[in-house]
Amino acid sequence: MPESVPVKAFQELLDAVPQVLFEQWIRIGMDTGGIAAGADRLWDVFEKECAVTGVEAVLQRTGTCGYAYLDPLVELKSSGHAPVLYGCVDEPLAVRIVREHLLGGRLIDDFVVAPRRRSKDLGEADNIVLVKDSSCEGEDRTATAQSLLLKALRHHGLQDRVQVVRALDMGIYKEGLVVQLLPSGVTYTNVLNRDLERIVEQSIRDRAIVEDLLFNEPDPQTRIVLRNCGSIDPECLDDALRHGAYAGFARALGQGSPGQTIDCIRESGLRGRGGAGFPTGTKWKLTRDVEADLRYVICNADEGDPGAFMDRSILEGDPHSVLEGLMTAAYAIGAGKGYFYIRAEYPLAVKRVELAIAAARKRGLLGKNILGSGWDFEVEVRLGAGAFVCGEETALIASIEGKRGSPHPRPPYPSVKGLWGKPTCINNVETLASVPWILTNGAKAYESLGSGNSRGTKVFAVTGKVRNPQLVEVPMGTTVSDIIYKVCGGVQDDVPIKGVQTGGPSGGILPEKHLETPITYENLQKLGSIMGSGGMLVMDENDCMVDVSAFYLKFCVDESCGKCAPCRVGGYQMLQLLLKISRGRGSEDDLVQIDRICEAMQSASLCGLGQTAPNPVLSSLRFFRDEYSAYIEGGTSYARKRKKALSEGKSMKEAV
Amino acid sequence: MYKLRKIRFSYLIWETFCMNASALAPMETMDPELRGMVERCLQEWEGREGNLIMILHEIQNRHGFVPREASLFLAEAMGIPMARIYEVLTFYHYFKLIAPGKHNLTVCNGTACYLKGSGRLLTELERRLSIKDGETTEDRMFHMESVRCIGCCGMAPAMVVDQKTFGKVAVTDVAGMIERIRLQEESDA
Ligand SMILES: Cc1cc2nc3c(=O)[nH]c(=O)nc-3n(C[C@H](O)[C@H](O)[C@H](O)COP(=O)(O)O)c2cc1C
Ligand code: SF4
Ligand code: FES
Repeated sequence: MPESVPVKAFQELLDAVPQVLFEQWIRIGMDTGGIAAGADRLWDVFEKECAVTGVEAVLQRTGTCGYAYLDPLVELKSSGHAPVLYGCVDEPLAVRIVREHLLGGRLIDDFVVAPRRRSKDLGEADNIVLVKDSSCEGEDRTATAQSLLLKALRHHGLQDRVQVVRALDMGIYKEGLVVQLLPSGVTYTNVLNRDLERIVEQSIRDRAIVEDLLFNEPDPQTRIVLRNCGSIDPECLDDALRHGAYAGFARALGQGSPGQTIDCIRESGLRGRGGAGFPTGTKWKLTRDVEADLRYVICNADEGDPGAFMDRSILEGDPHSVLEGLMTAAYAIGAGKGYFYIRAEYPLAVKRVELAIAAARKRGLLGKNILGSGWDFEVEVRLGAGAFVCGEETALIASIEGKRGSPHPRPPYPSVKGLWGKPTCINNVETLASVPWILTNGAKAYESLGSGNSRGTKVFAVTGKVRNPQLVEVPMGTTVSDIIYKVCGGVQDDVPIKGVQTGGPSGGILPEKHLETPITYENLQKLGSIMGSGGMLVMDENDCMVDVSAFYLKFCVDESCGKCAPCRVGGYQMLQLLLKISRGRGSEDDLVQIDRICEAMQSASLCGLGQTAPNPVLSSLRFFRDEYSAYIEGGTSYARKRKKALSEGKSMKEAV
Repeated sequence: MYKLRKIRFSYLIWETFCMNASALAPMETMDPELRGMVERCLQEWEGREGNLIMILHEIQNRHGFVPREASLFLAEAMGIPMARIYEVLTFYHYFKLIAPGKHNLTVCNGTACYLKGSGRLLTELERRLSIKDGETTEDRMFHMESVRCIGCCGMAPAMVVDQKTFGKVAVTDVAGMIERIRLQEESDA
């Protein structure tokens, strides 16, 4: 079969990309979080140290791989070892890394982050043993285990070939002593001191698995959206191309059939990740089916949920995948122009998207006659200006048009009458970043992940009272407790968990007893919450649900655009009632009143903000009514004591 | 005539919001530097649809806030009523209408930071500086405000002091931060 013009043009473009294979490299995670933790200073230190010591290593900038709690992160590859990830790197450690690891070939204790890949085959010769005590109680056995392992290695004369390194984080929690062999990734858990000798003898000397200790559980995470975050340079198109960027788009363009592209996305079962979960392929088709001379696509990067950072991390880590998704959407629906609507509070994301657009334009991936296909497409960045309501589709459109971001009644939906009156398709960052993966790996592969009507993976930003706040990408259908206990290491300080808030100010709270619920759009909805964009806030016993509900409601009241009364007046009145209760001056009547206001807001508000603003309050009333009652019955003296306990971070019992 | 009245009227509302507004400055007395800057911003975005917000962003980026003269100038140059510019400026929290303080103390009040006690940081700052959230001290030395997630939830609660981010801030750190800036200022003076 003759290759079509775009595919050939893309192949030529790929061939022109220099293929580089570096023997040694250093990748520094330079996203907003990493930079705040000092990653930019590390760059200078590494540069200087490499020059001083004469070490030849390529410095690369990357986005975050998601482990926010270990910022700043540095991954490096030295000759003779597999890539190693270091966490919590500061300047003195950077100097040591160059001198001891790169120059001396010796990994540094206490800072290595274990890969999440867990294998059952020993494969090639392992030369690193990571060890870490993953139980949080009692004495830390890591150092003892390290010396025992060393002793055993010496006994077998293996001490020169294999090093034993104390790890910083294993990604496995409450499984006793964990030992991982690298590069193979074979992992042993609940290891006792007397087992160490066996591991050395059987696994390292004789290359056989110690079956009874083997940790068989794979990591719950699957990385689709975050596939390149942390491993490519987001400011370099060549690097993205080497990792397969734009290949799916070029193929779609080569097929010359937008309908086929839409079908592929529909078959994959991808649903919008911005909140409502509308099937993406269907949205594309609806927009395409409207007669028009001009259509628009918009990437919604106005991440409004305070405390969520998925979209920012994706844009900062892999902007090309989002751009590729947007281009595919545009091609599928026949749009001639696209916009990125990004929060102005994310300057680094804005910069990286602008660079990505400029680089793509320079190579002929944007502009006129893209890859010789005869199709034209242009993209522009527009900035949000700190209004949460501008995440709502009609408000977002008004904002791009240069007006106040007030929502309009729907219908007409943007897919019929959107930006400047033309059919417009708005998609979330994460939705678009999934598209290239689906195009290259096929709809079936994507569809095979997930549960029920929720297919594929979802990225969550897990924060709050969790031991390891981070970005997590899991297949739909994973339970909340798996995310919190298996990936994030459970609750901080082991205080019992009270609940998990999902969906930000439009979502609700899942109480502890529902944490075993598999996450799907439908399940969350049944429990009075929503998937939302993916914020996940963990709350422990010491947190007060009345306070948290008031916090979210206050956010919505502050952000209400004031266009319609149910939201403007209702929200304000409800907040007053909540504050009254939290001062200990409330009554049972107030709760009835709150219920009535909630109902009015849900049914009569014009846009999603007002309709969903009561959700946090309603769900806390549903599952934690006793806390409201405690305030009402306890009166002001209870409220004072509670406030004191909260401000000291103690439980009510301790504080009184 | 109608347009002129409209500008005057909106300017009246404007006055009430800008505490430091002096009399309506005629266009000729506008700071030439500011004028040149605004003109450049205008040029850059000329002819593009829906460009008003982006022009305001440019102005704020370069000037730190959007001064009244700049908006008046924009209204005239773009041929749109002042009310429209004013409407946009006041709707979006991001735009500042008055000059920020010399040193900016920003407390993240996103959910992660809130849960880890950013409220206590805010109260402490308010107490030490004797101003409220979003205000500037009388000597225009300090400006404090709370913002939504600044992207370091892993290090909650977080604060930004003059563009430098601090994580895991304790209430007891706040006094030192302010004191350090004060000492720096004194030694500079
Ligand atoms: C008040 C409000 C705020 C919203 N904020 C966001 C947001 O920050 N990011 C986002 O992608 N979608 C947001 N949405 C959802 C969008 O309106 C829209 O449904 C989404 O961008 C569609 O993209 P999707 O189909 O890919 O999910 C918000 C909706 C409402 C009502
Ligand atoms: S519901 Fe609230 S935010 Fe939405 S249009 Fe009405 S007032 Fe504005
Ligand atoms: S909530 Fe404060 S940094 Fe994210």
